[in-house]
Amino acid sequence: MLGLIATGFLASALAPVLYRRYRENFGWIAVTFPLYMFFSFLSRYPRVAAGEQIRETLPWVPSLGVNFSFLLDGLSLTFALIVTLVGAAVFLFAGAYMKGYEHAGRFFLSIGFFMTSMLGLVLSDNMLLLFVFWELTSVSSFLLIGFNHHKESSRKSALQALLVTGGGGLAMLAGILLLGNVTGTYEISSFYDMNSLITSHAFYPAIVVLLLLGAFTKSAQFPFHFWLPNAMEAPTPVSAYLHSATMVKAGIYLIARLNHEIGGTPLWQDTVLVTGAVTMLFTAALAFRQNDLKKLLAYSTLAVLGTLVMLLGIGSKLAIKAFFIYLIAHSLYKGALFLVAGTLDHEAGTRDVRMLGGLRKQMPVTAATAALASFSMMGVIPLVGFIGKETVYKSVLELESWGVPLISVAVVANAFVVMVTLFAGFRPFWGKRVTTPKHPHEAPLKMLIGPGVLALLGLLFGLFPNVFIASMLEQSARSILSETLSLKIELWQGFNLVLLLSFLTLLLGLFLYFLRFRTEERFAGFALPGFVKPSTWYETSLRGLLAFSRIQTTVIQNGYLRNYIIVIIVTAMSMAFYALFRAADRAIIVPDLSITFYEAALGFIIVVSTFLLMVSRSRLKSIVALGVLGFSIGIIFVIYGAPDVALTTFAIETLNVILFVLVLYRLPRFLKLSRSPNRARDALIALSVGAFMTMMVLYATSFELSSELKEFFASASLSEGKGRNVVNVILVDFRAIDTLGEITVLAIAAMGVVALLKLKSGKGA
Amino acid sequence: MYSVILATASRYLLLLLLIFSVFLLLRGHNEPGGGFVGGLVAAAAYALYFIANGIEEARRIVRFDPLLIVASGLLCAASSTLPSLIAGKPFMEAVWIDTGLSFVGKVGTPLLFDLGVYGLVLGITLAIIFSLAEEDTMP
Repeated sequence: MLGLIATGFLASALAPVLYRRYRENFGWIAVTFPLYMFFSFLSRYPRVAAGEQIRETLPWVPSLGVNFSFLLDGLSLTFALIVTLVGAAVFLFAGAYMKGYEHAGRFFLSIGFFMTSMLGLVLSDNMLLLFVFWELTSVSSFLLIGFNHHKESSRKSALQALLVTGGGGLAMLAGILLLGNVTGTYEISSFYDMNSLITSHAFYPAIVVLLLLGAFTKSAQFPFHFWLPNAMEAPTPVSAYLHSATMVKAGIYLIARLNHEIGGTPLWQDTVLVTGAVTMLFTAALAFRQNDLKKLLAYSTLAVLGTLVMLLGIGSKLAIKAFFIYLIAHSLYKGALFLVAGTLDHEAGTRDVRMLGGLRKQMPVTAATAALASFSMMGVIPLVGFIGKETVYKSVLELESWGVPLISVAVVANAFVVMVTLFAGFRPFWGKRVTTPKHPHEAPLKMLIGPGVLALLGLLFGLFPNVFIASMLEQSARSILSETLSLKIELWQGFNLVLLLSFLTLLLGLFLYFLRFRTEERFAGFALPGFVKPSTWYETSLRGLLAFSRIQTTVIQNGYLRNYIIVIIVTAMSMAFYALFRAADRAIIVPDLSITFYEAALGFIIVVSTFLLMVSRSRLKSIVALGVLGFSIGIIFVIYGAPDVALTTFAIETLNVILFVLVLYRLPRFLKLSRSPNRARDALIALSVGAFMTMMVLYATSFELSSELKEFFASASLSEGKGRNVVNVILVDFRAIDTLGEITVLAIAAMGVVALLKLKSGKGA
Repeated sequence: MYSVILATASRYLLLLLLIFSVFLLLRGHNEPGGGFVGGLVAAAAYALYFIANGIEEARRIVRFDPLLIVASGLLCAASSTLPSLIAGKPFMEAVWIDTGLSFVGKVGTPLLFDLGVYGLVLGITLAIIFSLAEEDTMP
């Protein structure tokens, strides 16, 4: 699995190059990549269905408990298959859809990157690894939502999605760390028998809240739902893939994955259940006023996400079964419908449902696909959506305390979903022909295959549920619940209350559909007052954050380098001084006065050159004095046996003088720029730092210098590091990761310096 | 101010200093030296050449954009972490190959890492010097 994921990232990186080469047929090339992944997961299907859990581990940072460990069980395999299958449909579709876009190669890079991250997320068996992939999906979705970056609304939506999901991700990281603290491991499979340990721990409430924050923001649950409809700024293939079939389900995956381990308590179940139910009702109702095809679909996606979360909150066997079927059904039909929306946009030139109608003659295949997917979405027999909805209703009805209010919520929400389907899946194709901005015709083959296959699968899964879903359901249930489910899935369950409710839902949906025509004008100017809308809360807090950073920038980062240095030096000094003061009784400061002649001479040179440096009225003299100072210090290093440091000091001093000479010409005339009180203050600080450092050095030398580290490095540098220069071996071998970090910072700093200088000279020209 | 003596001397000094810097880099594992100092000395060599011959000439002789040198240095250092992963050892553990040739000795990832540091330091210093110098020559 590690190989698959590595291949995925590599293949994505190649996408722009390949795109440039095979622009016309790139869709066919791109689709091989998710299809290959799909079939390699499918080949593992029999093993997983037989109950095997395939595990792979490669140590990454074992000392911190971070490993590339992957687990393929029923739950992750289901998600992996959804991700790759919908991915294949979307990639092929995008090959044709993105043709007119600039930077389409870059688009495939981002979406391939996204797909691989999503796969990594669902396969991770390590919470920290999962977090890494989690954030990678956030980043790649940021790039994809903001793909049309010349539009301000795109940039704003991308930032919003990133801030909301990224913020939730950070909360989740805190939750993961707490969880790791409690259990002593980050491996998800090791959590399995720890339910009582985790739920009885004092950290438990915090863990639940933090993890759920991550899951809810990612899966756009109320009150974080607002970013999802805004994310419809993304190109349509992205919406189909990220915002309905995969990424938004990451949060749901997390809840399902940890349900057995940290669930079962009222805190977990009720929070999940209530949030899901509120999301479902609230967002379904919001769909009522939408005219944009994608927005309509987005709000109905939110409703489904709410339903899925609610089912996990119910947590009964039946509810998990419903969750599972509904999850698959939704990915299939919503993926198809989003792609149909993309086709309509592409061929007819608009996504406004009021401007679409009667297109079935021009686009017969698309119309059929849309109808098939829509029937599944509405829950019409014999499609898989029907089984999904029936099972949802049945599991809600089973409840004792929540049953009646929840079933009403479910019916109303589903009625809105039916209304959305009528608008999105039927209205553009049936009824009166409406003139569209572009002359409509059937889409190219590449744009038909993907949605067509997804819609057909919805029919197949509905007709033969036991062939396609049942065995996976058993294994998934084992991950979500503590036991395997071996419930048969029946398409037809007879005439009963559930079927009646299904009819009621359809009727109510039809009623809402016609009600909308009637009330179109009346609701035109209607909007919720700002303070109840979570998106307003987001705007307000974002403005507040910006205002706060402006204030703190003017106070702390005021741009005067000398102030920064004063703050740093004084803080460091006072803290160290405090520590020294605390240890005062143990401090023995005995100045060692046995210095040689040349040491005294060097000291004299240093003092004199420092003095010259300060009082000199010419820059050149100051620089020379500074050079003398630096070289003298270098000689001290030579005397005390640190040739490496001395060598570096000499080289740095040489370059320093050169750099100073270079900037010398550019500086304004030498003036006394600081006022006398400031100079007095600076002198005071400088003197106290000097005095303090002297004390420190004297204090430090009063100790016997022996440490295990010294011994270790002295002996290990030749045997382990194969070098006799201990300093260098430490730098490039023992502590190489520190060095790597430092040189990375240096590289970034260099870019900053060059950019700044270029900017300035650009202005001068 | 153009000095013929300095310009002529700088040509030979450049070569000598560069050889010296590589010498420092290579011997760094056993004697004082290493990538950092080596890079600094190499940068000083180019700086001397620039002082004697001017910015255009110095840029010509460096040939690559300093930021490219920075990037390749960083890439070189970062890629030195890969062999240990491929060999299945813990991340960044040194991997050594004995070439069997006495004047080359053992070659290992720390050397590659040091080479990266060398390039990075050289590139950064050159980037700063060249940028400052170019600003100087601006009308």
